[in-house]
Amino acid sequence: MKLLQERTAKLKLGESLIIQTAVRIMVPFIQLFGLYVIVHGHYSPGGGFQGGVILGASFVALALAFDQKFSMQLMSERVNGVLGNLGALIFVGTAVLCALFGGLFLDYSALDKLIPLGPIGWRSFGIFIIEVGVGLAVMSIMVSLFWDIGSNGEMDEGL
Amino acid sequence: MKALAFVATLVTGAILLYGTMDFPAWGDPQAPAATHLSNYYIENAVAETHVPNLVTAVLGDYRGYDTMFETVVIYCAGLAVVSVLRRKKT
Amino acid sequence: MEQFLALIIAKYNYWLYVVLMMIGFYAMIGKRNLVKKLIGMNIFQTAIILLFVSAGVKHGGKIPILDKYEVLKHGVDATQIVNPLPHVLMLTAIVVSVSVTGVALAVLLRIYREYGTLEEDEILEKLGK
Repeated sequence: MKLLQERTAKLKLGESLIIQTAVRIMVPFIQLFGLYVIVHGHYSPGGGFQGGVILGASFVALALAFDQKFSMQLMSERVNGVLGNLGALIFVGTAVLCALFGGLFLDYSALDKLIPLGPIGWRSFGIFIIEVGVGLAVMSIMVSLFWDIGSNGEMDEGL
Repeated sequence: MKALAFVATLVTGAILLYGTMDFPAWGDPQAPAATHLSNYYIENAVAETHVPNLVTAVLGDYRGYDTMFETVVIYCAGLAVVSVLRRKKT
Repeated sequence: MEQFLALIIAKYNYWLYVVLMMIGFYAMIGKRNLVKKLIGMNIFQTAIILLFVSAGVKHGGKIPILDKYEVLKHGVDATQIVNPLPHVLMLTAIVVSVSVTGVALAVLLRIYREYGTLEEDEILEKLGK
């Protein structure tokens, strides 16, 4: 009880121990659900955009319940930028790879020469690859939009 | 000024409502939107891509260009926000 | 009169979207505050997204997620499945609208930093002097 009182006394204005604890418990499950939505896009409603937005929302929840510095400690700006670039690169790289292996641009069945999965299997798996790329890019851009707009470009405590 | 805006809004709405007179009824399976291209997707997408979710199949495979340049669009939006707002040199 | 009512009831979804679009349009051209204009643009986009999604509806249609082995064995009747194409296009449109909102908010923050206000006429006054 005393520990709780000490921790409550340390909180700044507008921060609540209940909300912080709830967000701390929920964020791993939100991220797990986001990954599920990305990966399970073939068989249920979902896909790269939706899952990426859910993954980004977990960091937004952290930045709202604690402050923006805390969420930037968990995923630094450099890592965020690398993930965003990597996502766009996965998408365009897959498309260019298809063209290099003799098919049309974005015709995944041409990748059969690289790993023999069958042309139809590659068309299914190629969709999976680009969904992962889209998910990474969308997550990174959503988090970056929130950080920049929420802190008016100063990247400090934020909202 | 506000009255002018209100009148312009009403006129636009009336023109659009007049345009909906020629639209097919809601939920009509024989509507033009449902008779040309989409039947090909519904009938052949599963056999050609082995993806049961037709929306994902069309988004990722048949309309890959669309999705690719859309990723480029949100990437550019992120770059634009950073370059418009960022003040501190990091 | 009865014909007119029957016409409305057969297409009442379009009437709803036109009303929603008029609200957004009025907010875009009638309001003076830039944030209110942005919210109006979002309402406008929502109306258009709803219009396209409703164009894909078929009465009694099922969702466009099929049973793979069933379809590979027996094929599928296209009139029984909702049209997936508008859903794909609107998925794209939603993400684009989010990016447009983000860029617009960034530009609005920059305007506020420069002029100290978001009212259109006050900005014009400060521009004029």
